[in-house]
Amino acid sequence: MYHKRGLWAIKAKNGGAFPKHEKKAIAAAPTEKPPKFYPADDVKKPLVNKRKARPTKLRASITPGTVLIILAGRFKGKRVVFLKQLTSGLLLVTGPFKINGVPLRRVNQSYVIATSTKVDISGVNVEKFDDKYFGKKVEKKKKKGEGEFFEAEKEEKSPLPQEKKDDQKSVDAALIQSIEAVPDLKCYLGARFSLKAVMKPHELVF
Amino acid sequence: MPFKRYVEVGRIALVNYGKDYGKLVVIVDVIDQNRALVDAPDMVRGQMNFKRLTLTDIKIDIKRVPNKKTLIAALEAADVKNKWESSSWGRKLIVQKKRASLNDFDRFKIMLAKIKKAGVVRQELAKLKKETTC
Repeated sequence: MYHKRGLWAIKAKNGGAFPKHEKKAIAAAPTEKPPKFYPADDVKKPLVNKRKARPTKLRASITPGTVLIILAGRFKGKRVVFLKQLTSGLLLVTGPFKINGVPLRRVNQSYVIATSTKVDISGVNVEKFDDKYFGKKVEKKKKKGEGEFFEAEKEEKSPLPQEKKDDQKSVDAALIQSIEAVPDLKCYLGARFSLKAVMKPHELVF
Repeated sequence: MPFKRYVEVGRIALVNYGKDYGKLVVIVDVIDQNRALVDAPDMVRGQMNFKRLTLTDIKIDIKRVPNKKTLIAALEAADVKNKWESSSWGRKLIVQKKRASLNDFDRFKIMLAKIKKAGVVRQELAKLKKETTC
């Protein structure tokens, strides 16, 4: 059926000839001088890579305000509110801290189950949080004398800066209000998730 | 011991296998020893093996192979939907479907409700026990 493309109709509409675009005038490229130096062996050119770095594709079920179940790590089983996706691809998440002890934290999408419960997140401002906020603080290197090598290295765990505590409070204040508006949601977020005997994960609706 | 549910024109059956799993259909004609012509308001009339059908107690009054309009009218007249949903079999299926579609939050709320109910029952039981002990 290749030839029945109706070209006759297109030609007739255009007065006998097939419509053509005008060719764009090519600007004359400046004449290149031949290189002075050719390398002895052929130099391999790296292959073309047009991929752009972008944050991990977010699952359609995860939208701001979704309740997520964390599956691994210190907070495994905790139900937590999703705030936004950071540029690194990690998810910004908060307990809220007062309800289940999970602070503002980053979590990988792969270690999370998205439930279909949503919390109203309109009163929360998460603009200021990005990956740098959560990065490790670089400590200034102290020059050590020989004697100090034999001492047990004191790991100074600097206490959490007050600024972070205030950030947590401000984010949680609006969240907790919208959580308390829904009955039982506060207890739900405070409880951990676990599989019981009858639950079959592949049949469960989250 | 004798059979109570017969394959006959007008018998309502539940489909237990295949694309139409879980639907209620009417047996509209018997084709041969193994197959019936089956119809429902929301499907195209077609044949089905008896092995795919589970007979129910409900029977409607229709002639052999009615047209769709007559069939729907007969189903309305016999009030099949309500009879089915109020029967214990029908109610069980509805509960099963509801349970399967429960959210994680719904399951949590049900757990709280169960604990509360058990608490109330236990309190009453304790009261009754106190009355009857020496």
